[in-house]
Amino acid sequence: MTAWAVRCVSASGSSNGDMMQAQAVVQILELDNIRKVFGGVVAVDNLSVRVDKGSVTSVIGPNGAGKTTLFNMITGFLAPTAGRIACSGKVLNRLRPHDIAAFGVARTFQNVRLFPQMSVLENVMVGRHLRSRAGMLVSAFLPPVLRTEERRVREDARQWLEFVGLAAHSKATAGSLPLGSQRMLEVARALALEPHLLLLDEPAAGLNSRETIAMGELIEKIRQQQITVVLVEHDMELVMDISDRVLVINFGRLIGDGTPEAVQEDADVIAAYLGE
Amino acid sequence: MQGRDITGLLALVLCIAVAPVLITNDYYLGVLIFTAFNCLACIGLCLLMGYAGQISLGHGAFVAIGAYAAGIFTVKMGWSPWNAMLAGAAIVAVVSAIVGIPTLRLKGHYLAMGTLGFASIVHILAVATVEVTGGPSGLLNIPRISIFGIVLDSDVRFFYFSWAVVVIGLYLAFNLVNSRMGRGLRALHGSEEAAASLGVNITGYKIQVFVLSAVYASIAGSLYAYYVNYIDPGPFDVMHSVLLVTMVAVGGMHKLWGAFTGAVLLTLLPELLSFATQYLEAMGIAYKPDYDILVYGGILLIIMLFLPEGVFDGLGSAVRFGKRFIQR
Repeated sequence: MTAWAVRCVSASGSSNGDMMQAQAVVQILELDNIRKVFGGVVAVDNLSVRVDKGSVTSVIGPNGAGKTTLFNMITGFLAPTAGRIACSGKVLNRLRPHDIAAFGVARTFQNVRLFPQMSVLENVMVGRHLRSRAGMLVSAFLPPVLRTEERRVREDARQWLEFVGLAAHSKATAGSLPLGSQRMLEVARALALEPHLLLLDEPAAGLNSRETIAMGELIEKIRQQQITVVLVEHDMELVMDISDRVLVINFGRLIGDGTPEAVQEDADVIAAYLGE
Repeated sequence: MQGRDITGLLALVLCIAVAPVLITNDYYLGVLIFTAFNCLACIGLCLLMGYAGQISLGHGAFVAIGAYAAGIFTVKMGWSPWNAMLAGAAIVAVVSAIVGIPTLRLKGHYLAMGTLGFASIVHILAVATVEVTGGPSGLLNIPRISIFGIVLDSDVRFFYFSWAVVVIGLYLAFNLVNSRMGRGLRALHGSEEAAASLGVNITGYKIQVFVLSAVYASIAGSLYAYYVNYIDPGPFDVMHSVLLVTMVAVGGMHKLWGAFTGAVLLTLLPELLSFATQYLEAMGIAYKPDYDILVYGGILLIIMLFLPEGVFDGLGSAVRFGKRFIQR
């Protein structure tokens, strides 16, 4: 992961690179007064949050609280109505999803979005897209030139499959895997990007308890790789187990923020969950 | 390229090598040359439809531009056939980018609509701009193309040349499909959101593939002009674009071999139908050529219902089924 850090530094600007880096060490994700309005419905209402680098942060809240909308804004799938989103000091507003991915923000989806017709290994190889560079003309006319690159892409993808424990299924069609493995594969694919920030949208949804435990262990392993994790999750046991910090959102507003223990005691949070 | 595709390509080369020896009738050789043009256009279209998941109803227009560029630059400006063909490809690349950039940025089948309109415009221009295209009476005396100093003036020579171009076109397409870009295309076909979240520039890739597939069509058009030495707007109406899409869909759009099979089958179908006509007439049943379109529609319907992955895939399943049956 040190090689990746070096790349990250060289990628950031030259003149004020030091300043940005100093900021990045502390806070990787900054949301300032984020607001999203769909027609007359306010999905996210003046949300301001800062996420520490290397932490695991859970975002919880009732259905429709605006959690997935928040993820979609961070990753460029939705444009915020107002506010500023920045990752490592770089403003992400108005950037398209693939540009944001290039900046080291990876995500998974609430309803698993694999490439179902492709093999498990190929799915992760797509994750290496930004770490390889072959273009159309070279690919068509001079494939031998790219043999080394292709081999490396395949090798790296295999390592990420091993990381999540799916190496044995590399040749299977992604769509044929059970849901638990599909979620693991989606995480492996996102990790293959070598992100600094990984957004997991309900990673344990639909998983049985054994699979949920495995997902929790995987998230712990990801944290050990110095990758910042932000997840939306409904499984409270998992959330309380793995999070450094829990954010509670209701009706697009932040109603609770703190350690898992503190949030569990918070009167507002209990009211939002159990009804007043 | 994967081993199986290389085997297929070698088998194709073998078939091409022996075909003129077995088929001595110039008419049938001519039909096979037309098959080569359609194969070339369909290989390009397959990259767009099967891999990027976009439909173009205007590929006939790109064939037309390729053909007219070949005709106009050689007849009216005296260029060499090779330069005229390259100029045609360049023009098509620019034009397709102009059509593709606004339509491919949108979600949904806007490309199909845009290209459909574009195809009508090109057809109307071909008819109306008499000074440039010769209008309905067409362009005459398009020169023959020559390669390594050999003028391709016989059907056998042109047969080898056009099929060599198809083999090269297939080879390049296979390389592309099995590359990083091919992976990106299949990924965006599976889920655009997921592909974008991994850094695949989905709009950029769609535009690139659209331009590439248009260039394939353009080359097919130029070769057509050099083979028949005469072009008029007749063959380049919107129905030709629809026919190309049908070929790709019938053969199986998710595999290059599928599009290839579809192009071969549907180009040879009218010939098979004319055989059938003679047979039916001998039995006392009147068959009019107008019925051809009915048969086309029926075939398309049956394939979409029972073989949604196309004839090529259907053949594969049949072979697998047969193997299992024999082993039992």
